[in-house]
Amino acid sequence: MAEAGPAPWDEDALRALVPRVLAALVRRGEDFDTAEDALQEALVEALRTWPEHPPRDPRGWLTTGATRRLVDARRSEAARHRREQRTNEPPPSGAEEGDDTLFLLFCCAHPTLPPASQVALTLRAVGGLTTREIADACYVPEATMAQRISRAKRALRGRPLDRAGDLAVVLRVLYLIYTTGHSGRRDLATEAIRLARQLTLATDEPEAAGLLALMLLNHARRDARLDAHGRLVTLDRQDRSRWDRRMIAEGVRVLQAALARQDADRPRGRYLVQAAVAALHDDAATAEETDWPQILAWYDDLVALSADPVTQDPAAVLGRAVAVGHVLGPAAGLRETERLRDVIGERHRWHATRGYLFERLGDRAAAAAAYAEAGRLATNVPERDHLVLRAATVLAPPIT
Amino acid sequence: MPKYLLLKHYRGGPEPLRPMPPMDQWAPEDVEAHMAFLRHVSEMLEANGEYVDAQALTPARTWVRYGGPDAAPVTTDGPFPETSDLVAGWYMIDVESHERALELAAYVSSEPGPGGTPLYEWIDVREVMS
Repeated sequence: MAEAGPAPWDEDALRALVPRVLAALVRRGEDFDTAEDALQEALVEALRTWPEHPPRDPRGWLTTGATRRLVDARRSEAARHRREQRTNEPPPSGAEEGDDTLFLLFCCAHPTLPPASQVALTLRAVGGLTTREIADACYVPEATMAQRISRAKRALRGRPLDRAGDLAVVLRVLYLIYTTGHSGRRDLATEAIRLARQLTLATDEPEAAGLLALMLLNHARRDARLDAHGRLVTLDRQDRSRWDRRMIAEGVRVLQAALARQDADRPRGRYLVQAAVAALHDDAATAEETDWPQILAWYDDLVALSADPVTQDPAAVLGRAVAVGHVLGPAAGLRETERLRDVIGERHRWHATRGYLFERLGDRAAAAAAYAEAGRLATNVPERDHLVLRAATVLAPPIT
Repeated sequence: MPKYLLLKHYRGGPEPLRPMPPMDQWAPEDVEAHMAFLRHVSEMLEANGEYVDAQALTPARTWVRYGGPDAAPVTTDGPFPETSDLVAGWYMIDVESHERALELAAYVSSEPGPGGTPLYEWIDVREVMS
């Protein structure tokens, strides 16, 4: 174990300690807000000094460092004025370490917080990222992110944090982290996978595993998603030899174990179903070998999870339209997209999907118009560039 | 060193040197050459130590103003006259002089268009107050 002796410096191991140390402090009766601040300061100090002087007991070092800062903070606080309410929450009784991550995830994904704050707080208190790293990954100034985090913690002050929250909210926050950004020194997709992995150690809910599987099975394609010039490459054109086979194998393992666990009491949820779709894509040696009938069957399950899929889960209906386009033909797929016109007809993804289906139908003019409209509505540069280029390409005379 | 915004426009500004079809109607290789040039500009500015920021804006525009006490904000999202200015994006640069800013703006304007010939796009150069 890493705590047995002076271990080689390992930043990930350090970060994995953060939720455990923080949970211990909070369970001891410290309030979340000040304990988190104190731990963050200790963490920044650790990141600075450990590469040179790795501690014998990293967890003890962090706990002591944070405690010392808490004592200092309390002294200066007491000098100013007495702290108001904060004693009527009895510290929750001691629990297993696995629960620490879950407990903190529920705190950070508190439903009263706006999503951006849930993300920031989760990355700091559970992920062990510094404010600077979170700011870089979210493209905002460090001062802005620091403010967002302290406002979030202020909002949590005085709220009971020992009540089990809604796992669905935690899963949504992790998925949001996964899709938030890929910049800065810390890739948030990787962070989200790390957090989801921690979560699956703490709960055997099939949906938690489903989310982890979904992330792994999509993330495995990451290197193939951009070409050497940073241009977007769609799934059907990706160089599949660049997919991460080990990650796919892990995702499939997690998926299968979760599918085996789901039953009437714990029916399969949306992450599990989407993971199954991702697995089928990953499983095809070429785009032509994709098992579209099976994918369509999973999409049928996915839309069946919503009472009114068109308004509640238009992304699922749109994904299903592509599968319909492959199984029953592009004209049938296009008819499916029509149902979504009123809901997402102003979104680039709707037009891009129709462009793809028109292209398969052989209607190049309609495909070009749909891609061009998608390009006008796109909200990120690589996608915009890709769509404009698709529009230009389908209009160009075929190379003979 | 003074900072400048080099603004690119979807529309507005002086009369274009020549009419230009929308990019989605160019030959694909011309689109690719154009995009490669824009990436190259950012890289060059960074390599020169002149880069501050570069961003693109979507063409959707909403004007909004205070609606008065107890009233919702008043918004309008068009239609706007075809000649009204619509900013498409910018490079922010930190350079030695106004002349250098103009030189870089002219270089941006030399970006390849249809057939690989320069676009001669008008670039709006604005100094950032310190």
